Amino acid sequence: MSESILMALIGGALIGLSASALLMLVGRVSGICGIVDGLLARWTSETHWRASFVAGLLAGGALLMLLAPEVIQEPATRSLPLVAGAGVLVGVGTRLANGCTSGHGVCGLSRLSMRSLMATLSFMATGFLTATAIGFFSGGA
Amino acid sequence: MGALLAVFGCGVLFAVGLGVSGMTDANKVIGFLNFAGEWDPSLAFVMAGAIGVHMPLIRWIKKRTQPVFGAIFHLPTRQDMDWRLLGGSAIFGAGWGLGGFCPGPGIVSTMSLLPSALVFTGAMLLGMKLVQLLAPPPSSPEVNGP
Repeated sequence: MSESILMALIGGALIGLSASALLMLVGRVSGICGIVDGLLARWTSETHWRASFVAGLLAGGALLMLLAPEVIQEPATRSLPLVAGAGVLVGVGTRLANGCTSGHGVCGLSRLSMRSLMATLSFMATGFLTATAIGFFSGGA
Repeated sequence: MGALLAVFGCGVLFAVGLGVSGMTDANKVIGFLNFAGEWDPSLAFVMAGAIGVHMPLIRWIKKRTQPVFGAIFHLPTRQDMDWRLLGGSAIFGAGWGLGGFCPGPGIVSTMSLLPSALVFTGAMLLGMKLVQLLAPPPSSPEVNGP
């Protein structure tokens, strides 16, 4: 457990460092869903940096596969239909709210944005409710 | 070109941070969000670590007049509350608790080529496209222009 907490802190610090570097270099907020969403719309002058960032995310994923595959290779406990439903909800929800865990949760809270605080409280609440309800009705697991 | 390479590096660093922190392990995320099982609170420290670094650095970065590459800082300025924000976040949270993935970890995890990560991310892109087509934001100065 204490090792988990240390890794969470270190990983979180790396995320904060990345968000800071992106802001300092190109003046942009590290909102993952906003960056990805821009790539799904008509391409503009912003497409280049968004595509570079997503390419970096994928390269980082490949690097993790090489160095520590266990962190992204855990077989999921949820069935595929549930995971598909979850994906649609996450896509729709983050675009309606214009932000997700990174944009509102990390960047927005770091700027003391009230919108981001309300968004974060909202998705944390339903996240806990949903996972706990499923856990409760499936017998704790 | 230098700017794009630097942004690429930011993406790599972000992905490694997600992996190190445990956020790319959907079961660990579900263990964090599920009070009914053996609750694992460690992922709360991801946000603590990220904000602990980012918040002080923002103050330092904003002393600059402009970013290294680029003319201005593009920071969101909206302060109003609306149902898109609160309802959308609630829908996102439900999906997060259901699948154990949020957008960043979903994209990074596709490199495992596991069906769950691929199905999640494909469905997420579909959901984003649905909002673009059916419920685009009324006016979105904080997103890209026309």
